[in-house]
Amino acid sequence: MASNGIKDQVAIVGMGCTAFGEHWDRDASDMLIESATSAYQSAGVDPDDVDAYWLGTFASGVSGMVFSEALKTPYKPVTRIENMCATGSEAIRNAAYAVASGAYDLVMAVGVEKLKDGGYSGLVVPGPDGDGTESSMTAPAMFSLLAPAYCEKYGVEESELKDVLSRIAWKNHVAGAKNPKAQFRKEVPIEKICNSPRIAGMFGVFDCSGVADGSAAAIMCRAEDAHKYTDNPIYLKAFSIAAGPNEGFISEDYDFTTFQEVVVSAQDAYKQAGITNPREQISMAEVHDCFTATELVLMEDMGFSERGEGWRDVMEGRFDGDGAQPINPDGGLKSFGHPIGASGLRMMYEMWLQLRGEAGERQIDNPKIGLTHNLGGQPGRCVSFVSIVGNEIG
Amino acid sequence: MSGILGYGAYVPYYRLTRQAMGSGRGERAVASYDEDAVSMAVEAGREACSNNENAIDTLIFATTSAPYAEKLNSAAITAALDLPASVRSMELGGNSRMGLAGLLLAADLGVAGKTSLVCAGDVVVGGPGGARERDSGDGAVAFITGSEDQAIARVLGQASSTTEVLDVWRLPGDQFARQWEERFGVEVLAPVSLDTAQRALTAAGVAPDQLTSVILDATNKRDVAGIPKALGLESGQVADMLADNLGRCGAAHAGLVLANVLDTAQPGDKILVLSTADGCDAVVLEVTDNIKSSGRPKRTVQHWLASSNNELAYNSYLKWRGILPFEPPRRPDPDRPSGPIMKRHERWKYAFCGSRCECGQAHLPPQRACVKCRSIDKMKEERFADEPCKVTTFTLDHLAYSLQPPVISSVVDFDVGGRLACELTDADPGEVKIGNRLEMTFRRFYTGQGVHNYFWKARPQR
Repeated sequence: MASNGIKDQVAIVGMGCTAFGEHWDRDASDMLIESATSAYQSAGVDPDDVDAYWLGTFASGVSGMVFSEALKTPYKPVTRIENMCATGSEAIRNAAYAVASGAYDLVMAVGVEKLKDGGYSGLVVPGPDGDGTESSMTAPAMFSLLAPAYCEKYGVEESELKDVLSRIAWKNHVAGAKNPKAQFRKEVPIEKICNSPRIAGMFGVFDCSGVADGSAAAIMCRAEDAHKYTDNPIYLKAFSIAAGPNEGFISEDYDFTTFQEVVVSAQDAYKQAGITNPREQISMAEVHDCFTATELVLMEDMGFSERGEGWRDVMEGRFDGDGAQPINPDGGLKSFGHPIGASGLRMMYEMWLQLRGEAGERQIDNPKIGLTHNLGGQPGRCVSFVSIVGNEIG
Repeated sequence: MSGILGYGAYVPYYRLTRQAMGSGRGERAVASYDEDAVSMAVEAGREACSNNENAIDTLIFATTSAPYAEKLNSAAITAALDLPASVRSMELGGNSRMGLAGLLLAADLGVAGKTSLVCAGDVVVGGPGGARERDSGDGAVAFITGSEDQAIARVLGQASSTTEVLDVWRLPGDQFARQWEERFGVEVLAPVSLDTAQRALTAAGVAPDQLTSVILDATNKRDVAGIPKALGLESGQVADMLADNLGRCGAAHAGLVLANVLDTAQPGDKILVLSTADGCDAVVLEVTDNIKSSGRPKRTVQHWLASSNNELAYNSYLKWRGILPFEPPRRPDPDRPSGPIMKRHERWKYAFCGSRCECGQAHLPPQRACVKCRSIDKMKEERFADEPCKVTTFTLDHLAYSLQPPVISSVVDFDVGGRLACELTDADPGEVKIGNRLEMTFRRFYTGQGVHNYFWKARPQR
């Protein structure tokens, strides 16, 4: 029984990512063509060179044929993956493991989501038939439970926490403003964020991530083959995923100030990658900031901040683009947007750019180790994914 | 001989003032957007059953606002009250007299040694601006009847009349009832009401001056307005019909007023209850010594009436009753629940039974594998419907679909152990605090694609 990981066995050698946003003029297939074609070009490969595909989509189609029919790939294996909002990350993980196993030489993980054709506000989750007793909470309501619980546990005033949450949104908008592919490319004054109309609990409109369409893709091979395709591959050092048993909504012990799934997946990933001090060793991270309070709690769950201290680190600017440990340098779900199946790959796309020094005006100074964190579900009941990547072997 | 063994009442939380409707004094009770005749009958039934040890043989449900025109509404009541599947159940409808008619039928079953639960509930809707809207109310009542030895009130005599007359009527699919000229109804039904009252008194061997309370219920109060004078009653003998702070609650009304009388009755009190609609039913009861020790519910009618909120806006009321169209939310319509899944989960959905592992961990909904010790199939079923609980955390959801936004979504912990994510109802969003005391209530969440979706919510303790 072990979680051995595949440290430095697999590398990413090409990536592509569409702009995220309300693409009224494009189908999911159009976005798949754009992200996959960019990835082929990025790796300098012909589509026929790719042996197998993993397609992540939450609800924009079923089966691998969503991809094979869009690109007309000739009878290649395409596996459709779904793991809620962590879908895109699961596509990367499964594709990478297939390469590590030796089954294939060159694979693509690709994610896509088309959310803006339904005509509804917020995210609509298609569920199986039910008995009508299921909780009808919307996503912002689920995550808004974190805020009062955090205040209660750590003695933070609600007005104080509102400032912390607004600063997280402000930071991610500052980053998005520097990102030509982001859904929201404008800085937003902190007062405007603070005073935005309430959606759920302490959350206003600006505490919520953007509902967007988009697609992103990565091409992977064995690490020893990486330089055939690029001079600057990035190496996959750890993957972990934890699916919770719903302890949070059964056990009275759960207090809504942590995601146990995140704690477990982060520790597993750190062990695989040999990280002993994440606050110091991780240069930067893309984390699942579906809502501002999520990002705050994640800082503590992943060991970037001490318990109960995350809000101070936020206010001191530790996680700003020019801070000691930049978080969501590409704008995050907040301003890059959150097309479910594509988001995990979009996070990896930022790692790809930053670790290769290609992030333009938002480039972080000499990053070595990056982390992506992707989460599906809600506090108390979720799946959590963590990956660690670097630009050097070892 | 037979009688009433116990009873329970339920008056919904909201009141619509007659000022809010336009003019007039007082207020009427209003079922919330998530209540109907069935859900309120369950609430009254729970009150009645909370103080009853007898096994129920028969459930009788009376209403003029049946949620399903075809499909036994009393089956949902049976399931929510956790009555055994062997119970016989039936439904009475057609007019507002059927609540009292059901009680008389159940009293007759008591003579045969059967224990019955009679639930009457009604949501009475009138056309905007009319007398029926103004003077009606919504509520429910329940009586347990059986043999005389345990009765808190025994039946001394009863009488009935059936009259074919076009007085109040409503076609299937019509939203509002219609009424012929009132004076015509009075002309026909006043003599019928008096005659029925007199026959009941004769059958009981009780003279009018021996009566402690006289309850005179009718679709049109003028049908029975002449009875006190005709019987020579003092004004103190005539019961308050709760017009000022409740309104006439259809098939539940005669019973609700009877419950209010029983709440303060003394052994030996004699009560005449009469209800007129397309004829008349009347019964004479005598309160027994048993009432000192059994049969009364925890909450009186006056308690329910005092526990209220009369700040409801008229346009909210009209939306709740489906009278006023409104801008829909940009969210999908709710799906209908699945028939097979509801059947498989019936003990959860209706009886509100979770499970508890032998390690002590409770699970709502019931689980086979324990989240604490991970044992499989070491669970015992446990009903949580009557267990008190508290707000552990909550949020106001402005995005979720509701006829009364914002939705108050809460995580609730039970005093006996056990956690549930559920909606709060009958609560002011500004007043909810972590630690607030709650109790469970049976509600109709929504109607999706022609299927009513019933389940439980929590409400601040009333």
